[in-house]
Amino acid sequence: MREVKNMISQILFLVLSGVATYFFSKNLGKIRRNILLGRDVDLSDNKALRWKTMLKVAFGQTKMAARPIPFILHFIVYAGFILINIEVIEILIDGIFGTHRVLSFLGKTYHLAIGFFEILAFGVLIACIFFLSRRYIIKLARFQSPELKGFANQDAATILFVEIILMAALLNMNAADQILQLRGNEHYLIAGSFPISSWLVVPILESLHLSDGALIWIERASWWFHIIGIFIFMNYLPFSKHFHVILAFPNTYYSNLKAKGGFNNMASVTQEVKLMLDPNAQVPEGYQTPTSFGVKDVTDLTWKNLMDAYSCTECGRCTSSCPQNQTGKLLSPRKIMMDTRDRLEEVGKNIDANKGTFIADNKNLHSYISEEELWACNTCNACVEACPININPMEIIVEMRRYKVMEESAAPAPINNMFSNMENNQAPWQFSPMDRANWTQELNS
Amino acid sequence: MNEFKVRTMADMMAAGEQADILFWVGCAGSFDERAQKVTKAVAKILHAAGLKFAILGTEESCTGDPAKRAGNEFLFQMLAMQNIATMHAYEVKKIVTACPHCFNTLKNEYPELGGNFEVLHHTTLINQLLQEGKISIQGGAFKGQRISYHDSCYLGRANNIYEAPREIIQKLDAALVEMKRSKANGLCCGAGGAQMFKEAENGKKEVNIERADDMMESNATIIAAACPFCMTMLRDGVKHHNKEQDMEVKDLAELVANAIDL
Repeated sequence: MREVKNMISQILFLVLSGVATYFFSKNLGKIRRNILLGRDVDLSDNKALRWKTMLKVAFGQTKMAARPIPFILHFIVYAGFILINIEVIEILIDGIFGTHRVLSFLGKTYHLAIGFFEILAFGVLIACIFFLSRRYIIKLARFQSPELKGFANQDAATILFVEIILMAALLNMNAADQILQLRGNEHYLIAGSFPISSWLVVPILESLHLSDGALIWIERASWWFHIIGIFIFMNYLPFSKHFHVILAFPNTYYSNLKAKGGFNNMASVTQEVKLMLDPNAQVPEGYQTPTSFGVKDVTDLTWKNLMDAYSCTECGRCTSSCPQNQTGKLLSPRKIMMDTRDRLEEVGKNIDANKGTFIADNKNLHSYISEEELWACNTCNACVEACPININPMEIIVEMRRYKVMEESAAPAPINNMFSNMENNQAPWQFSPMDRANWTQELNS
Repeated sequence: MNEFKVRTMADMMAAGEQADILFWVGCAGSFDERAQKVTKAVAKILHAAGLKFAILGTEESCTGDPAKRAGNEFLFQMLAMQNIATMHAYEVKKIVTACPHCFNTLKNEYPELGGNFEVLHHTTLINQLLQEGKISIQGGAFKGQRISYHDSCYLGRANNIYEAPREIIQKLDAALVEMKRSKANGLCCGAGGAQMFKEAENGKKEVNIERADDMMESNATIIAAACPFCMTMLRDGVKHHNKEQDMEVKDLAELVANAIDL
């Protein structure tokens, strides 16, 4: 009887992991396809520095440290995520082969590891409660922005809630296991140490005076709950801001390594300007006059901009450090990233629905991001500096301004005046270029 | 101080001479009345340090920075390529400028267009000159003063220059006080990204007023700036608070020129 039950669970487990992995890979593939809809940019240089940046910024979380409280809380959750997943390896093996705590032959190491994971799990649970209270009780300003209304808020709460439940299941499972171990149940060999569940959960279970059968049921149910929870969580990731747990690593690897003040020079413009300035310049063979300038839609952005959008976890450090946002303007760098992702998802779905080709839908990135937002930016790099995983909202803003100016001539009037002054007087103000050195005459006055 | 004349690259070439360094004045430094004072202070320091420098004079054009930030890449590249051609004609190798926007553009955006120069911001050069003893600060003109340095975005975050301006202040024998937001965390004055040339969008406050609040909190007697646009915005902020009697906004070059009695 037990054999049969075991086999059924093993088969069920295999089917579930197969389905979970299939859908997860499929959605990963879609995100990859969407990111590659972006314009090409060569970021294959300087591999050593790129690895170093990734290790420092993503793995070491150095930029998080700018704000100590969330840094510590997040570090616990992050360490928990990475380390407790080692225990998931055991869960997977146990699930496939019907074993119980298969790695317990490691003896003392296993003992210590399980104890450490319990402490971490408890830390994660507490940190998530803090995170929830920062959002919903303390109501930290950066979590009250209008762009978070609706799904974004719900997304954040879901993730925190699921993490709390997963950790609780883990502790509950350990508690039931412990009691069974102490009662000398043959299947539950003495293994692991339980520094948290032994005082937090065991007394509750013991006070209920449960039979072995009921405890086994609780232990198994928690085990299934935990692993199914992980499968669901994994499949929720591609739809969530929480996808940063995966993309933070490649996204920091592909960080901009140059000075933040240097904006890219548009090669298409360089060629045009050369032809314009030099009447003898030859049009290079195969040269095609560029069809458009700047960013109209997400597909005009680089794949790195698009990866940025999928990597963003909407923490809002960019927005809270933006001078324009702090002074009550509409511009919010976080919204720029969220809009980019939303539009890209929309384009992706359009492609899926139309058998692989995009059918024009009378919309573009400018339908999401208004002129009022675009023209408010100071290009001060505060958002870029603040991002813990080196996302660059400012580049998207400038690229969209380029479209406004070079394709639609739709700059605000004072900006257009500035342009004409620069064209006519070589200065943004209306001064005569002949007066440029007048100050030298009064040098000693 | 000996009187001297600022020469142009064209003057030098006509005399068969070659300048060691080009002083890139920039549009604000050339035309803005307040910024002109900074320009003169820089010229006096360069002269006092015995540097053979020249300006482009009427041959200088805007670097194109505000056009680029505002999205007009055509205008930017046209101006950039003309400037590069002018500087190549005078065989310019090294440039100093008192404008962080010119500095950033010349340093980071010109090379790809063919303009490879060694570009220094005036705070870096002045700090070097002090370190090398080419100029020296005597007496304690600023003893007992509280000076706070406002980081220009295009020097700080854009180019990681945080220390040179602060080292200069320390050499002035003044107390360097930091505002609550400084260095990588510094708050923009509100001018960058071509905002200098337009009205702000609707909101609760102007950015420079937000920054002025930090300045007031610092209780500094002098706010040291290193950018002509910051200078304008910060001075407006001081005026907004009616604190012109208690707080002055000065460029670091002016402070140094004053301290070495130029």
